[in-house]
Amino acid sequence: MNETLIQTGWSFFLVLGAVGFGLKLAALLSWVERKQSALIQDRIGANRADIFGLRILGLFHIIADALKLMLKEDFIPPKALRPWHDIAPALSLGCSVLCLAALPFGDRIVFLGRAWSLQPLPLSAGILFALALLSLGVHGVVMAGACSGSAYSLLGGLRAAAQMISYEVAMLSILAGPLFLYGTLDLAEAVRSQAHMFHGVIPAWGIFFQPLAFLLFLCAGAAETKRAPFDLPEGESEIVGYFTEYSGMRFGMFMTNDFVETVLLSGLAVTLFLGGWHLPGLSGLPQPFLGLAQVAVFSAKVCAMLWLLMQLRWTLPRFRFDQLLSLGWKRLLPLSLLNLLVTAWALWWLS
Amino acid sequence: MGFSERIYIVEILRGLWVTSRHFFTNLFRHSLRLLGLRAEPGAVTLQYPDVPARVPPRARGRHRLLLRDDGTPRCVACMLCETICPASCIRIIAEESPDISIEKRAKSFEIDLGVCVYCGYCVEACPEDAIRMDSGQVEMCAYTREGLRWNLRELSKLPDQGIN
Repeated sequence: MNETLIQTGWSFFLVLGAVGFGLKLAALLSWVERKQSALIQDRIGANRADIFGLRILGLFHIIADALKLMLKEDFIPPKALRPWHDIAPALSLGCSVLCLAALPFGDRIVFLGRAWSLQPLPLSAGILFALALLSLGVHGVVMAGACSGSAYSLLGGLRAAAQMISYEVAMLSILAGPLFLYGTLDLAEAVRSQAHMFHGVIPAWGIFFQPLAFLLFLCAGAAETKRAPFDLPEGESEIVGYFTEYSGMRFGMFMTNDFVETVLLSGLAVTLFLGGWHLPGLSGLPQPFLGLAQVAVFSAKVCAMLWLLMQLRWTLPRFRFDQLLSLGWKRLLPLSLLNLLVTAWALWWLS
Repeated sequence: MGFSERIYIVEILRGLWVTSRHFFTNLFRHSLRLLGLRAEPGAVTLQYPDVPARVPPRARGRHRLLLRDDGTPRCVACMLCETICPASCIRIIAEESPDISIEKRAKSFEIDLGVCVYCGYCVEACPEDAIRMDSGQVEMCAYTREGLRWNLRELSKLPDQGIN
């Protein structure tokens, strides 16, 4: 078997794995959201969907929801601009799923005499890739709002776009903090810089050295992905959003995009601030188990971050639009620049 | 607003503490219940169609017409309930009673349970204690409007005796 065939096959497998990871977590997240919000609110949550009388804690609701969305009437508003109206959900979903492939699920493992990478897209500028795709996500939102043939959708789309653009600017300077600390844009290298113990006491994770950047990243990321307390554009039954003219699975793609972006946000936070696949004391394992353990540790950390984001959604009240924008421009941006200054000064002083 | 309130992080953490407390307590209770180690349900939710609805003892449900000791209905067709009903859902046709000491009896006594507002005035008006609303049956359903108009024979039956 020649080398390129093996490498191509492995890359294919990795990409399928990453996409599957994202989409399956997104599907499970819809169940987790219902059950977690129910547990927080002292109720039971959805537990009625069953197949032949077997109800497993309501997990069949995921299938039931997907089937319902797929079987609904596909109504396209007559004034919609057809090609753009159809492309918008695909563009949004595609950008988030593509970005998932750049996350490092584990270190380079050496097995059977070859080096196998556990990062589907080995980019030397992973952080820039993530930021660029988040910016492309704005196109999907604006397209959906503007090409739906409805004034309410247009206004909702503009609101969402204004929110996303404000927080992208902040995101850039927030991410510059860890960039200074790790000295590289590569996500795999960033995790490797965190994969050791600091003087044997605490792991050298980003959250311990850049706590302000972690908080700001959570804030900006949640606002970027229209999640948690920043979900004004998709305020569900309260305000008309950019996806009101979509029905059936087109709307389902926007909802899936919401969950996939949440997974992406968690993945980026884990990679940059929580040490990625690193767990202190795990490097003693023999080879294929080390890779599996790293993927498991990464997944566990992503799940913990997802739990935290879900808790935040059901803890905090929604921000008003002017509060949202003033938070982004007047508080997040100066704080992130302050963080950058302090990091740069500290690194200069320590060298 | 104090400084800790302005920066909002402290308040977020306090809120997260409250919701996490609820989350883990309920998770613990539901898990113990699933494992069979706890008898009480984890949440106060009443899973209605599987579990019967809790009807308070004083709730006004479906009417029931009472019988005397010899099995005849107590109703003497005095029309007091028909007169006082605010929804005009009771229709009585009176006839002579074969017993001399009792003047009248109801030839037909019909209540339209779909029109009834379940106010209980007919119970308060009846001088013979012939009608009560203590059956506790609050789930009324039928396939047609006529199916909700019950006559004397049906109204005399207790809820668990069924209607044929």
